[in-house]
Amino acid sequence: MDHIDADVLIIGAGGAGLRAAIAAAEADPSLTIALVSKVLPMRSHTVAAEGGSAGVIQAHDSLENHFNDTVHGGDWLCEQDVVEFFVERCTPELIQLEHWGCPWSRKPDGQINVRAFGGMKIERTWFAADRSGFHILHTLFQTSTKYPSIKRFDEYFCIDLLIDDGRAQGATVFSPSTGEFTAITARAVILATGGAGRVFRQNTNGGIVTGDGMALAYRHGVPLRDMEFMQYHPTCMPGTGILFTEACRGEGGHLLNKDGYRFLQDYGLGPVTAEPRNKTMELGPRDRLSQAIWQEERKGRTMTTPAGESYVHLDLRHLGAAKLKERLPLICDLAEEFMGIDPATAPIPVRPAVHYTMGGIEVDIRTATTLAGLYAAGECSSVGIHGANRLGSNSLGELTVFGHVAGDEAVKFAKGAPAAQGGKLLDQAKASAAKVLGLRDQKGGGERHAVLRKEMATTMEKGCGIYREASEMQKTCDKLAELKRRYRDITLEDRSSVWNTDWICAVELGYQLDVAEAVAYSALMRRESRGAHQRIDGFEKRDDVNFLAHSLANYRDGAAPEISYGPVKITKSQPGERAYGALGEALEAKEASHA
Amino acid sequence: MPEAATAVKTVELKILRYRPASDERPAFGSFKVPYTEDMSVLEALQTIKDTLDGTLSFRWSCRMAVCGSCGMMINGKPQLACNTLLRNLPPGPVTIEPLNNFPIERDLVVSVGDFVKKIESIYPYIIPKEPKTVAEGPYLQTPAQLAAYESFSDCINCMLCYAACPQFGENPNFIGPGAMALLQRYNGDSRDGGQQKRLDTIHGEDGVWSCTAVGYCSEVCPKQVDPANAVNQNKTNSAFDFFLRFLRPGGAR
Repeated sequence: MDHIDADVLIIGAGGAGLRAAIAAAEADPSLTIALVSKVLPMRSHTVAAEGGSAGVIQAHDSLENHFNDTVHGGDWLCEQDVVEFFVERCTPELIQLEHWGCPWSRKPDGQINVRAFGGMKIERTWFAADRSGFHILHTLFQTSTKYPSIKRFDEYFCIDLLIDDGRAQGATVFSPSTGEFTAITARAVILATGGAGRVFRQNTNGGIVTGDGMALAYRHGVPLRDMEFMQYHPTCMPGTGILFTEACRGEGGHLLNKDGYRFLQDYGLGPVTAEPRNKTMELGPRDRLSQAIWQEERKGRTMTTPAGESYVHLDLRHLGAAKLKERLPLICDLAEEFMGIDPATAPIPVRPAVHYTMGGIEVDIRTATTLAGLYAAGECSSVGIHGANRLGSNSLGELTVFGHVAGDEAVKFAKGAPAAQGGKLLDQAKASAAKVLGLRDQKGGGERHAVLRKEMATTMEKGCGIYREASEMQKTCDKLAELKRRYRDITLEDRSSVWNTDWICAVELGYQLDVAEAVAYSALMRRESRGAHQRIDGFEKRDDVNFLAHSLANYRDGAAPEISYGPVKITKSQPGERAYGALGEALEAKEASHA
Repeated sequence: MPEAATAVKTVELKILRYRPASDERPAFGSFKVPYTEDMSVLEALQTIKDTLDGTLSFRWSCRMAVCGSCGMMINGKPQLACNTLLRNLPPGPVTIEPLNNFPIERDLVVSVGDFVKKIESIYPYIIPKEPKTVAEGPYLQTPAQLAAYESFSDCINCMLCYAACPQFGENPNFIGPGAMALLQRYNGDSRDGGQQKRLDTIHGEDGVWSCTAVGYCSEVCPKQVDPANAVNQNKTNSAFDFFLRFLRPGGAR
């Protein structure tokens, strides 16, 4: 087995990993940074983010507003000190991206343009048409190539972390192209491996979004926090789950039921106004909109595709062809290519699909996990800014703000840590390689992992969907236990070593099953309704007495995870009623008059 | 209705297979999968992998034509598998091969390392004309200045244009359409001052002049980046630059 030694090892080269790599390279150019990615960096799923990234820039806006929108939006399950830190740093990070060439959309005078987004009081979403994540990712990737200390390992798949002396000291990786394993040792390790949305059936995520880093940290005793909070995005393509950005509504799009009625007014999001109004109707937050669509379906007011998926209409016709082409070109292409629809002349069928993993690896404000030398940033982490419901355009900001922090912190840690010692770590690397080789070569009982993957995704959707009840969640937990048993006995068809994607998918499924279990048990144990976790079995209300707390899923080998709870940091916003539309405005006015 | 009574429509895919451990040379394999009206070529490949032959290897991720992973030859034309819908292809078997002009590593997986090196070689980042700190705020850039390079910034690095390029087929060292588009993306950016440095990378025999102006690269581009236009602009720039060298103090190098 090859052995490479670096100072900082970063696993994942999407937005957070690349931003961390650049920060680390700038913090100390003499350090070697190993950047591992299971795909070419520009294939990472940051590429699919569409709408934009929040950062206060208008004179009539304030950091206070961004803070309040985020904390209210998260139903007070946010770490408020972290949110405060975050909103202060969003705009400088967006300016940094601008200096690196990100083609942000502009006003006629050349200033940065911003658009409205759901749950945001003032327009503050910077955008690059509707390809914001794509442009951020390519800007970061291309910029990263100017730092000679960043040594990339493109298309290397991580199979385990290397841990000794109570510290993370590297990882074992595998190159599908050569079929060889490599041990990469390092003095600090950053996980930036993205979310886990593919554990659900209908989702917006790329095939690579399989929770790898979450599972790796979790198996080594690092808790996964707030995993029950899976975000459903309200406007996705029925069947494939492909995303139609929230910017469709930010630009003025309407949601209509089968009667052509703007049904959101029936769910506390009104009044209906001619012009879009922030935090009202279609500019409400994602959890409320997805829930409203679910309710409409139960009332028989949605439509159904030939394949049996229910849907509502996203109507953009009134925006006109010119504006659609300028602001939402990708959306127009997707509707045309996949559905044969021109959004300028026909409404787009949409339905909610799983979009974002709001929980993740527990980290503090410095992105440090509970394991020394191990950091996490981006969707794989839970730094505490999203709470029970993430606001659209806060995740791209998270990548840059906390990717940057992770790079700086890992460098600081690496400089104070002794160099990794080969011996024991290399033994570990050999053992982890032997384990995945065992999975590849085992005789098994003849079952394909693809069958298990489908059953997992189906049971997750059934038990841990938009509305939840104990009996279904328990069934999902039981089903996952069964799938884990069957997983141990799978048989791979492919036993070769070069580009054996049968094998890689099987290892990924192992990650997914562990993460899915953390989601399902965290959901079952939270006996209240908050943000994206809504129950219909007697726990319909938020319960601050018992559940104003972060869930922590702790891994137990061969058993169900143990769920415990940790405190939520409240600094300046006491939990209150979370409301949008007219009621939200009234509450805000009342609060302002008190202040 | 009993299942037998429902005639299941199927589609046949003829896929060029190559497994380095066991195959001497690439050869076609044939698969039949159930056809649905909204099925993409990628979904057909996934169905094969999940239900018929787990050894079939191909790259994919986003499913929405933005990550650039799933480029392949579909009925002889370089296309993304994810946004090529079976219903839009002519009736009869669909032929699937790895992207032309790249070494095959296995099945539909080709080597991408040289392509990435080409991208890295053209200084693909802003070399600021007037350096600025973050505290000084963003640069101004009017919509017209943005439009000057915006379409070139839309390249998803899917490599379809390289599979379409006869010149790259003959000379793998040719810088090629995608990297030229990226070069033009930065050279056309009002914030950038690195034009000369980049032009120096494309004067040579593997540079811009290798292009024989076939234009097929732009035809196959799934994002309307128009790399042929980038190449042409750089021929003009390169010629102009060559001419200027004789006028500059110091003259030709």
